[in-house]
Amino acid sequence: MTIVWNDPVNLMSYVTYVFQTVFGYTREKAEKLMLDVHHKGKAVVSSGTREEMERDVQILHSYGLWATVQPDSVK
Amino acid sequence: MSSGFSRGKNGGVVAEFEAPEVSLLRSLVSMMLGIVSPGRTSDDPLERALGIGDGTAPSDPVLARLFPSAYEDEKESVEFRRYTEATLRDGKRADAQTVHETARSGRFELTAEQAQAWLRALNDLRLTLGTKLDVTEEVHDEIAVMSEDDPRYPAYVTYDWLTYLQDSLLRALW
Repeated sequence: MTIVWNDPVNLMSYVTYVFQTVFGYTREKAEKLMLDVHHKGKAVVSSGTREEMERDVQILHSYGLWATVQPDSVK
Repeated sequence: MSSGFSRGKNGGVVAEFEAPEVSLLRSLVSMMLGIVSPGRTSDDPLERALGIGDGTAPSDPVLARLFPSAYEDEKESVEFRRYTEATLRDGKRADAQTVHETARSGRFELTAEQAQAWLRALNDLRLTLGTKLDVTEEVHDEIAVMSEDDPRYPAYVTYDWLTYLQDSLLRALW
């Protein structure tokens, strides 16, 4: 899973815009995820293979979001 | 002050700046180009040619924020960083360079692609300044009551201005 963490700098509007741009999410879905990040401190923004998650994290880092890969299964 | 962005043609935007604002922006992105200069590379010549870094996490808080660790696990994080940080640095430099080359006083147009570069570059500047100032989510309320004699005032006002610009650009793009 790809996790995005809350931080005090990124604007709520910017985070929503990035979710829409990077993942092609609707404004509604992007806003809900942004609010989860803001209120709960983090949100799962995408899931898939390890390669897909690493690609997503790299793109999110290029936009300055604080994103991490969370391995699905506990080893 | 009428500075900021409005919607342009084909996904682009129209920007408007005054001369002193352009000099400030240019000096900020020049600083950025220094911060994201090519990082430490591997000792291996082939890895260096391929842009593979040594993968160690930066100790500088600004660099740590611009290039966050992707995994909780240290080993996995190092591996990810080895293969991605050079590309990320290249991207941030290209974005800063785009701002440096396109910013001018008066009205000018930015293509959709240039506008995206501006958006990311403004965010990189906010992350850099925000990390240095150790801002909280209440930063805008703090500025509102901060005395102009406060030594932190100029940096906070610059941060606030960058926030205003980014917000204006987002509105123009949406």
